[in-house]
Amino acid sequence: MKQLEFIAGRLVKAVIVLLGIVILAFLLIRATPGDPAAVLAGEAGAVDAEFMQRVRAEFGLDRPMAEQLAIYVKQIATLQFGESYRQQRPVLDLITERLPATLLLTLSAFGIALLVGVSLGVTAARHVGRWPDMAITVAALVFFAVPLFWIGLMAILLFSVKLPWLPAFGMETVGADYDGIDALLDTIRHLILPATTLGLFYIAIYVRMTRASVIEVMDLDFVRTARAKGIPEGRIWRRHILRNALLPIVTLASIQAGNLVGGAVLTETVFAWPGIGRLAFDALLQRDYNLLLAVFIVTSALVILFNLIADLVYALVDPRIEVGA
Amino acid sequence: MWMKAVRTAVLAAVMGLVAGGALAQAPKPGGTLNLIVQPEPPTVMLGINKLGPVSFVGGKIYEGLITLGLDLKPLPSLAKSWEISPDGLTYTFHLQEGVTWHDGKPFTADDVVFSFTEFLPKVFARTKAAMDRTSSITAPDAKTVVFQLKQPFPALMMVFDVTGGTIVPKHIYAGTDYQKNPANQTPIGTGPFKFKEWRKGAFIQLVKNENYWQKGKPHLDALYFHIVPDANGRSIAFETGKVDVLRGGDVENFEVRRLGELPNVAITDKGWEFYDPIAFLNVNNRNKPIDDVRFRRALMHAIDKNFVVNTIFAGFGKPVDGPFTTVTPFNDPAVLTRYPYDPKKARALLDEMGLKPDASGVRAELRLMPLPYGETWQRYAEYVRERLVDIGIKVKMEAVDVPGWVQRLTTGDFDISFNFVYLLGDPAMGITQTYVSTNQLNRGTAANVDGYNNPEVDKLLGQADTSADPAERKRLYAEVQKILSNDVPVIWTHQMGFPTLYRTKVKNLITTGLGLNETFADVWIDRK
Repeated sequence: MKQLEFIAGRLVKAVIVLLGIVILAFLLIRATPGDPAAVLAGEAGAVDAEFMQRVRAEFGLDRPMAEQLAIYVKQIATLQFGESYRQQRPVLDLITERLPATLLLTLSAFGIALLVGVSLGVTAARHVGRWPDMAITVAALVFFAVPLFWIGLMAILLFSVKLPWLPAFGMETVGADYDGIDALLDTIRHLILPATTLGLFYIAIYVRMTRASVIEVMDLDFVRTARAKGIPEGRIWRRHILRNALLPIVTLASIQAGNLVGGAVLTETVFAWPGIGRLAFDALLQRDYNLLLAVFIVTSALVILFNLIADLVYALVDPRIEVGA
Repeated sequence: MWMKAVRTAVLAAVMGLVAGGALAQAPKPGGTLNLIVQPEPPTVMLGINKLGPVSFVGGKIYEGLITLGLDLKPLPSLAKSWEISPDGLTYTFHLQEGVTWHDGKPFTADDVVFSFTEFLPKVFARTKAAMDRTSSITAPDAKTVVFQLKQPFPALMMVFDVTGGTIVPKHIYAGTDYQKNPANQTPIGTGPFKFKEWRKGAFIQLVKNENYWQKGKPHLDALYFHIVPDANGRSIAFETGKVDVLRGGDVENFEVRRLGELPNVAITDKGWEFYDPIAFLNVNNRNKPIDDVRFRRALMHAIDKNFVVNTIFAGFGKPVDGPFTTVTPFNDPAVLTRYPYDPKKARALLDEMGLKPDASGVRAELRLMPLPYGETWQRYAEYVRERLVDIGIKVKMEAVDVPGWVQRLTTGDFDISFNFVYLLGDPAMGITQTYVSTNQLNRGTAANVDGYNNPEVDKLLGQADTSADPAERKRLYAEVQKILSNDVPVIWTHQMGFPTLYRTKVKNLITTGLGLNETFADVWIDRK
């Protein structure tokens, strides 16, 4: 019951946050110079004033800003996201077309990052001050500091150009028309470089976080007590140290899980991955207001959802935390 | 023995040449050509959108009445022949036989009349402007179309290419909202390739039209247009053999030079004759001190055009001193005022204006808005800033993205900016719009956004654009060039070269002045 109340409360808050995002995003994009009519005018080379006027009237851009905002909020309230100015198609279609690719990329990266990052972090903590710790810490620092796009380019240079092992871009071998298991293997081959590149940055964060957290926990009194009681070392690590040390990791992971939905623009660009980050970026450059705002709303909604899930996972990891308390 | 060996070698070489020559004559059918389309177009329905990438892909699906050769002479496409009456008022086109739309319906003169009277004037200002000059467009029979003009307009032929004069199917579009017609998602043309699939963000696939009206063509089975948003990614795609062609602008010019040295790769700057892009700095003639012609002349002297071409644009292009390029037959360099690179002279002109440097060496302060088209244009803006500072003009850089640039340029909210404009085969199409005083703001980026106003130029351009006598046109346009190069309404720097990179196994890639926007009916791959 308490859980349901908690979820309902969070949903109400989520709607308020989303409304705030809609209004803020709406005003921000309108504040940038250049509207869809200007984009079309630029592309057509030559236009006349009548044409510009027609385009603005068609998109409702000739009305006062407050009225435009009111109309938009009303539409969103009834879940009508409208059509892309540029592609003349419903924006939700465009988003659902691209969302799977993004989720595949970011969830793979997320999985890699969590698995490898936490393992390496624990390894470093267990050997604190010795060479495995040094090596892992230095590597993590390097990957944390180097820009993502540069790592991506270097990975392409090494694994696609110099050693032709992996495809450099895209999500599939275009024209190969693979089926079943071949199609799956082909997608995995295409996924390795972008997912690892995106994952590397996060691995670095998890390594540092896990290492610090584990070092802190493993010196606490209850660990010493457990050892004194003669509990086997493996069990101490699993049940006592890791379980406590993982809490901050869950927090971090939940925040990042949200970011992963909308935050892979660079990786998607470098690897020509047909995801939603690029869709949003292109929409911004083309002042495709409806599309851009819908991407904002969908990704924000997902971030809120992930955070909710994280709160629930908290309670599982640490029974001391009570949902709704 | 030795002589015999030489003779055999020579004989073999000769036979090889003959065989090679014979092979060059006989296209091999089949194969897939991999290309890049950049940026991803909003649609490939070339009727409703004339953006570069749309012309590139849509130019294989749709056709115009004619195409234009490397020398800008009209060549047959959907029209097999045409006549222009001696008074320049009647254009009669005879259409090809046996042409069908991709959905199997026959193509007729009605489609052409519909395209030019209904469809194109609604969606494309350039074609509308040209069609406004006609008094009637009629189809006396199913294979003939007649354009009757109110007064001569020799540039008319330049709107009948596939971009300006995309022929669209009347049976699909008549009576519909053209922009919103669902058929735009699955375009139906007459061209050698049919739309097959568009995986958004990944690729567009076109396949051979088996019923193409030119029997035995196209040679290729399929075309893939890959979407690779990053310039480095496009370089790598070419380098690793994933794609066989890069269009001008796909990668930066300095990268073109490097890729051009790969084995079995060639560079050409052909195929832009119709578009004929000219680069200049827009200078807002309404603002002080730019309104003084001496200031604009000082800017001409302050910029080293050779440096711009050779260093910034990696040697692609040619410096110019006026509004015309060497591509157009109306170009008359003899009448131009010359502005060699001479910072001293530039400073002297500013002194003469009374713009003396203050204590920190500054004579004036201006805003500079770079063209947000990538690294090369950014470098160009940096260079110009440095040159302006050198003659005592303080510069405030104002970075914008493309819509911001369009908005500010077309509303006159700038001091100095960068631009390039297509000259489109005839001064009446590509020159007049930039210099005539009646075509200023809110009329696109190629308009006279600078606010240049000279009644004499307006009059001469009006006469030259509507004269049926080529000799008279040449004389009038020469007069225009003389006045413009004296008045300096914009700061011309160079006619641009847009290099195409391709693997030498790709044959007949560029054969006309439309370059890569051609139908590709003749393109074939020399497969081993």
